[in-house]
Amino acid sequence: MIMKPNHKVGIVGWGGYIPKYRLPVENISRIWGKDAERYKEGLMINEKAVAGPDEDTATIAIEAAQNALKRAQIDPKEIGAVFVGSESKPYAVKPTGTIVAEAIGATPNILAADLEFACKAGTEGLQCCMGLVSSGMIKYGLAIGADVAQGAPGDDLEFSAASGGAAFILSRDSENCVAAIEASYSYVTDTPDFWRRAERPFPQHGEAFTGKPAYFHHIESAARNLMAELDKKPSDFKYAVFHQPNGKFPIRVAKTLGFSTAQIAPGLLVPNIGNTYSAAVPLGLSAILDIASPGDEILVVSYGSGAGSDAFYIVVKDAIEEKRDLCLKIKDYLTRRQQIGYKCYIKWRRHIIGQPK
Amino acid sequence: MSDLRVPKLWREIPQHYRLEASKCLTCGRIYFPPKTVCNNCKSKNFEKTLLPRKGVIETFTIIRQAPSKYELYVPYAVAVVKLENGVKVLSQITDCEPDKLQIGMPVEAVIRRLYDDGENGVIHYGFKFRPVF
Repeated sequence: MIMKPNHKVGIVGWGGYIPKYRLPVENISRIWGKDAERYKEGLMINEKAVAGPDEDTATIAIEAAQNALKRAQIDPKEIGAVFVGSESKPYAVKPTGTIVAEAIGATPNILAADLEFACKAGTEGLQCCMGLVSSGMIKYGLAIGADVAQGAPGDDLEFSAASGGAAFILSRDSENCVAAIEASYSYVTDTPDFWRRAERPFPQHGEAFTGKPAYFHHIESAARNLMAELDKKPSDFKYAVFHQPNGKFPIRVAKTLGFSTAQIAPGLLVPNIGNTYSAAVPLGLSAILDIASPGDEILVVSYGSGAGSDAFYIVVKDAIEEKRDLCLKIKDYLTRRQQIGYKCYIKWRRHIIGQPK
Repeated sequence: MSDLRVPKLWREIPQHYRLEASKCLTCGRIYFPPKTVCNNCKSKNFEKTLLPRKGVIETFTIIRQAPSKYELYVPYAVAVVKLENGVKVLSQITDCEPDKLQIGMPVEAVIRRLYDDGENGVIHYGFKFRPVF
């Protein structure tokens, strides 16, 4: 069912964060005796963003939120809710949202909650904030998608599982908004394509099963249903961003739905940073907002294994021009990069036997 | 857990997360970490103030033999950072190889993991500085 807020809702500030370090595919494949070119062509990933040894989902979420605040230009005490969507919480029990809220100065009169739905927990936060601000229950809501994604050493996921975060501050639609979120549509089924059992360090996946019945079925259904409800067609949109577990999936789903390469290129970050899980679509949307113009229409479709998709129809507004340059952009974080080797990577991720956890 | 590190962590959250300092309302001196009695005028009247998040490296040293809780970061630099308002803070430098550091280098505050109290303990977060980019 299409979800349209009673009172229009908009984004007043957005911001992303990508760690500095990059692990090239060659540095992983060399260790495991695998063919780097096969992974680079098959996944369309050249390197992945790796959190530094002192970074985790909370620190990444904080920097993304601070960037969003710089653009929103609001008093953080006016934020009434913070949602952090992630599948790599620093604590199993203790919220990440409280750490973020405290760091940005938004405590104590605020709702804080962590969300988990594989790679789509970030966009669920957007929907929660839409409801809360539209109803008038809160003035501003902060939705964050952030992850330090896990992939078992030697597993195919190790080539793609990456780190990053993006944040959005929502309010009722006003002149201060850089974009209006006109509507959303969620589509979920019980599809076990990827999972991580309790107290297990790494996820498992259903190999080829992660494609057609999982990623493609849910994204195509959410996108088609939202466009049908709004009487929109792919050519109406200037940009589109789809979840990007690798480079091939979003390109293929865009083509199936009738979107061109030009429409998805600005939000397709996965070849250079890997799959940032809950941050993948939020970071893609951030990169699009970094360059979008007033009047541009954007289709956003996330995907979370398990499985489901959240689709959004977003229209860019005039205020984007004056807020765009108020903080670092995604391209700044893409440019700031330092390659690391596999040994450094597994040390930082504390995978070495005997190493203190 | 009868561990005093947890209440200490909790008490220091404002200064570690937000660089919250105390400013003497009588003579205007700013203290970080915050104080309750002014060294200068002995006043006890303070207000909270947030320090600027940008500054320059005034001096630094490189740590190669670290306490166990910092071993993951070795080698790392600890610097005296002179903030834009003149207040000086001691901080670890992150996202920069120590041999690339220079006195006078512009840096900015970020929130990072400082250390944790083992696999079962709390995680200590706080400010570090990184080169401005």
